[in-house]
Amino acid sequence: MSDITAATGMNQPRPTVRKARRLANRLSPYAFVGPAIIVLFIALIIPLGYMIYGSMLDWTASQSIGEADFIGLKNYTDLWNDPRFMKSVSVTLRFAFIVVVVELLIGVGLALLLDRDIKGMTFLRTMFILPMMIAPVVVGLMWRFMYHPTDGTFNRLLEKMDLPTVDWLGQHALMSVIIADIWQWTPFIFILALAALQSLPRSALEAARIDGATAWQQIIYIKLPLMMPVLIVTALLRLIDAFKVLEVILVLTNGGPGQETQILSHRINETMTEVRHLGEAAAMANYLLILLMALTLGMLAFNNWQEKRAARIRAAAEEDV
Amino acid sequence: MSHAPQKQNPAFYAVIGLLVFMSVGPVLLMFVNSFKLDVDILSGTSGLLFFPTIQNYETALCDILWYEPDHLRFCQLKFGGAFINSLVIAIISTVLTLVLGAMAAYGLVRFRFMGRDTVSTTTLLVRMVPPAVLLVPVFGLWNNQFCLDQDGFLGGWIKDMFGGRGDPCLAGTHSGIILIYVAMNLPFVIWILQSFIVQVPRSLEEAARVDGAGPFQVFFKVVLPLIKPGLAAAAIFTFRIAWNEYLLASALSDRDTKTVPILIVNNMSEFNVEWGVIMATGMLLAIPPIIFTLLASRQIITGMTAGAVKG
Repeated sequence: MSDITAATGMNQPRPTVRKARRLANRLSPYAFVGPAIIVLFIALIIPLGYMIYGSMLDWTASQSIGEADFIGLKNYTDLWNDPRFMKSVSVTLRFAFIVVVVELLIGVGLALLLDRDIKGMTFLRTMFILPMMIAPVVVGLMWRFMYHPTDGTFNRLLEKMDLPTVDWLGQHALMSVIIADIWQWTPFIFILALAALQSLPRSALEAARIDGATAWQQIIYIKLPLMMPVLIVTALLRLIDAFKVLEVILVLTNGGPGQETQILSHRINETMTEVRHLGEAAAMANYLLILLMALTLGMLAFNNWQEKRAARIRAAAEEDV
Repeated sequence: MSHAPQKQNPAFYAVIGLLVFMSVGPVLLMFVNSFKLDVDILSGTSGLLFFPTIQNYETALCDILWYEPDHLRFCQLKFGGAFINSLVIAIISTVLTLVLGAMAAYGLVRFRFMGRDTVSTTTLLVRMVPPAVLLVPVFGLWNNQFCLDQDGFLGGWIKDMFGGRGDPCLAGTHSGIILIYVAMNLPFVIWILQSFIVQVPRSLEEAARVDGAGPFQVFFKVVLPLIKPGLAAAAIFTFRIAWNEYLLASALSDRDTKTVPILIVNNMSEFNVEWGVIMATGMLLAIPPIIFTLLASRQIITGMTAGAVKG
């Protein structure tokens, strides 16, 4: 304790000081939490409100928000009937679901395969983080080079092996974008799944082994159900991030060819910077937000249900021991 | 786990080797190509047999070099200034986010403002908001509403100091970009730091209290030093987002406050991409994250798994 006295450099307080200190104590929670709340209010809450209001205006970039006419929900209904908007919604959904499903399969599969004492694991994990840390813009640039129709790594390799070259960013644009995303984000799922595997109760696994469960049975009846809550949260985080992907696509294909890879974020950006119709862009952003909210709430509800189930299984497995 | 590493099938090492190659390969390719001339990149006769040159880096950074590279007639790409912008924005927003976030996390844990569940739900909700959603309101507000009257005292002073037309606004300034990055990262930082602050033994703080330390002294001198690992993890994540972000920065920056990702995207959309130079700038942008990964992979994994994996 004397260390702390030395560290804080304080002696026992006098009565007047004590009164001031009591006031400080009462106010300190607000002082600690206040600044963060103020920043969040100014830079998140106000913008979200502003966006909801702006989405009901006929508002172009050359007007200030006060000059724009109020048109109610017209932007929303217009978008609903706009085939180009619907196309980008479908691209977004397709991209997000394919990416999440494939990454889950590969990531969890690798985690199950490599969940053992192998020397190179730490090194692998370190190297696996690398793609996630690098700027999406740079990821896009690396892959754009590798996909280059004549000079790119892939087509050169195919040529050397006398195979027909692939028009990566033309005919197969969406697939190419998906591959790049899988490269960047599968490690995320792998690392989380591995952490989940290693925090499973040893007793349940021991019990299963003693009872003579095969490796597959252990995976299907014990490991996967117990990992489920973590996997759902992981999938949710990935799903949310998949809706945010913009930079990689911007650099790789710029939404093209045509609208093949134009996800919603890209369309919002285009509507704002090129079409310069802010009201419509805001309405699109709201649609995106509603979509994400629905998905998140749905998955959270599913997660609650799964967590209860996992707890039951865990309890049952531990009773067996 | 006390048991010694067992002998594993060599096939597993082969799998690990392949995975490492797959995840690092593209980065290595970029690294190697950034030292090649465009002729060498496009001829593609050899992977590693070439004469390495730093010419690409000289071209990219020509505006902050102290000498004039021989091969350049004039300095066209101004990446140097963009790097300084990126650094200023990323560092200041990281420091601000950490200070505000740590204080808020401490306040939430110790004074029981809201339950942990409320905070983690809020975090998830904020994490859900894509930057593209913030694009429109932030562009509008920062350009039109968050301005100071140019006839007012502070506004007039800023106008005199920095120049510019009309009322001085947040858009186009470093502070404007920093503000939105701080707000975007705060919930995540609060969420991560909470789990570290919960583990700080209360008795330590109470001992300091008895010895007469005020709440802020307890926080800065007792709590903060104890949650250094958490701060490191939070710092890396915040820095990464601020350093890599493109969309909001491109909407908010003007000619003088452009960050590196913006310049890379602008140069990539041209018809003839100068691969060597672009890869050199990409490499420069990737260096800080690579260093973090090599030095602090454990903290990064902690940050990633916190919340999703309990216990």
